Amino acid sequence: MNEHFSINRVKDNAFKFFGIFCTLFGLIMLGVFLFSVLKEGLPRLNWQFFTSFPSRKPEEAGILICLLGTIWVMVLTSLIAIPLGVASGIYLEEYGRKNKFASFIEINITNLAGVPSIIYGLLALEIFVRIFGLGKSLLSGSLTLSLLILPIIIVATREAMKAVPKTIREASYALGATKWQTIWFQTLPAAAGGIITGVILAISRAIGETAPLIVIGAMLYITTVPVSPMDDFSVLPIQIFNWLSRPQKGFIVNATAAIIVLLAITFILNGIAIYLRNRWQKKVKW
Amino acid sequence: MRIKERIIEGILMLCAAVSVLTTIGILWVLISESSSFFSEVSVFDFLTDTQWTPLFADKHFGIMPLVSGTLLTSFIAVLFALPIGLTIAIYINEYAPKSFRKSIKPILEILAAIPTVVYGYFALMVITPFLQNFFPTMAGFNALSPGIVMGIMIIPMISSLSEDALYAVPKSLREASYGMGATRLQTSFKVLVPAASSGIIVSVILAVSRAVGETMIVAIAAGQQPRLTLNPFVPVETITTYIVQVSLGDVVQGSLEYQTIFAAGVALFVLTFLLNNISYFIKKKFQEKYE
Repeated sequence: MNEHFSINRVKDNAFKFFGIFCTLFGLIMLGVFLFSVLKEGLPRLNWQFFTSFPSRKPEEAGILICLLGTIWVMVLTSLIAIPLGVASGIYLEEYGRKNKFASFIEINITNLAGVPSIIYGLLALEIFVRIFGLGKSLLSGSLTLSLLILPIIIVATREAMKAVPKTIREASYALGATKWQTIWFQTLPAAAGGIITGVILAISRAIGETAPLIVIGAMLYITTVPVSPMDDFSVLPIQIFNWLSRPQKGFIVNATAAIIVLLAITFILNGIAIYLRNRWQKKVKW
Repeated sequence: MRIKERIIEGILMLCAAVSVLTTIGILWVLISESSSFFSEVSVFDFLTDTQWTPLFADKHFGIMPLVSGTLLTSFIAVLFALPIGLTIAIYINEYAPKSFRKSIKPILEILAAIPTVVYGYFALMVITPFLQNFFPTMAGFNALSPGIVMGIMIIPMISSLSEDALYAVPKSLREASYGMGATRLQTSFKVLVPAASSGIIVSVILAVSRAVGETMIVAIAAGQQPRLTLNPFVPVETITTYIVQVSLGDVVQGSLEYQTIFAAGVALFVLTFLLNNISYFIKKKFQEKYE
């Protein structure tokens, strides 16, 4: 009996350490990975790398065009996806509580969130590139990514609005405000923290996305700086993919350096989002 | 005032309708493009032919090699991620102090936020050379290495969904087990995991669905050779990789080759749609059980 007891104790403790190991496993992999990327790519990160056009020679190539492409995509996608997503979230949470259309949209969004990103690429190839005639432009790409991240923004908006207590809404109605006034002046500002966090995470997701943009034909090799939404473009992840598929060692080093830039952008955005979320959670006590 | 309110509601509803249009668009595009494909290739051949060579002179249109490549890499990913993810969930739920739980979540979230093209680099340049030390016959492109890396990517998904499921197990069950003198380990595996099994299964199915739809990791590290195999050491091609491969080339719009990516897209869509809805169904049943 006693022996049994101690064996179980030992097993229990052994599992505890295994648990700690597994939990740290992700962290360890992240460390290994960051180390290998920084070791390989950091020496390549210089002014020339940021200001050069693509080139057949790895040491002359740079990320100017795809970095600008990424910034363009970030801005355009935000302009399209944020208003659409927040508006949809408001509608579903505040207006469509009990009607059939709203619950139909809800099922829809749940399903859309599970659709692989490359399928959005096929959708965009047919609709935006061919039928709308937008070509392989920045606008096509941004519209594609907007549709992709819409479910994330909608869900974040709804969660944030749901967290706003009823009392605030009721106080506003009691003062004679209409539904929209209540939303615009009370609920939305109170939910802003949560919405902004969700939006930043969604944009960060869009910037790292590659597959749908490859499908719509975002160019692997362009030599002109994009100056309007109708221009051809490339983005950082596509450039990384392109360099990774070249045999020369120099291009692999370039890919690694570009990965550092992409990761820096991703981590900064995620850092801001996590910071805002923590601050918002701390500040708001209803 | 009332008119303005109605107009605003209308505008908001139109915005919400965009997601419905997206679904209709996806279905319409997939069906219309693949229907012209299936008018030239029979559905029977598509499902039973064991070769996929639409880009060669001797054309075969059997989706099975692509499906097998997709399922092989996804299976490896889940095989790798499930033990680790579930252990994390149990550890956080039963063992870890509350403060630890708070600090570990953002770290796991970072893993989920890394762009997949970066994971692809990781598979090709770090994991494959590392594994070749142990398996010298392993090819530079293979199913194992991207599978493992996809596993790392979906660990946060499995751990957080499983943790929610474990957390939802009624306290009384847990306390009854401790009251009988069970250790945390016994309580976890003999009481909590069985009680939360449907939630854990949901997390696994969603993880498989995520892995099936994953593109860049396999496109970079798994190769582009469609073959019907379970061997994790040789190059394979997944459905998603095939779509990327064709998109990179100069395929004429409207040609049969062009339509193959939509046919492949249909296969991918059906696979993930089934997985997602099976998980949704299980989740609904599970909720009924405890309420």
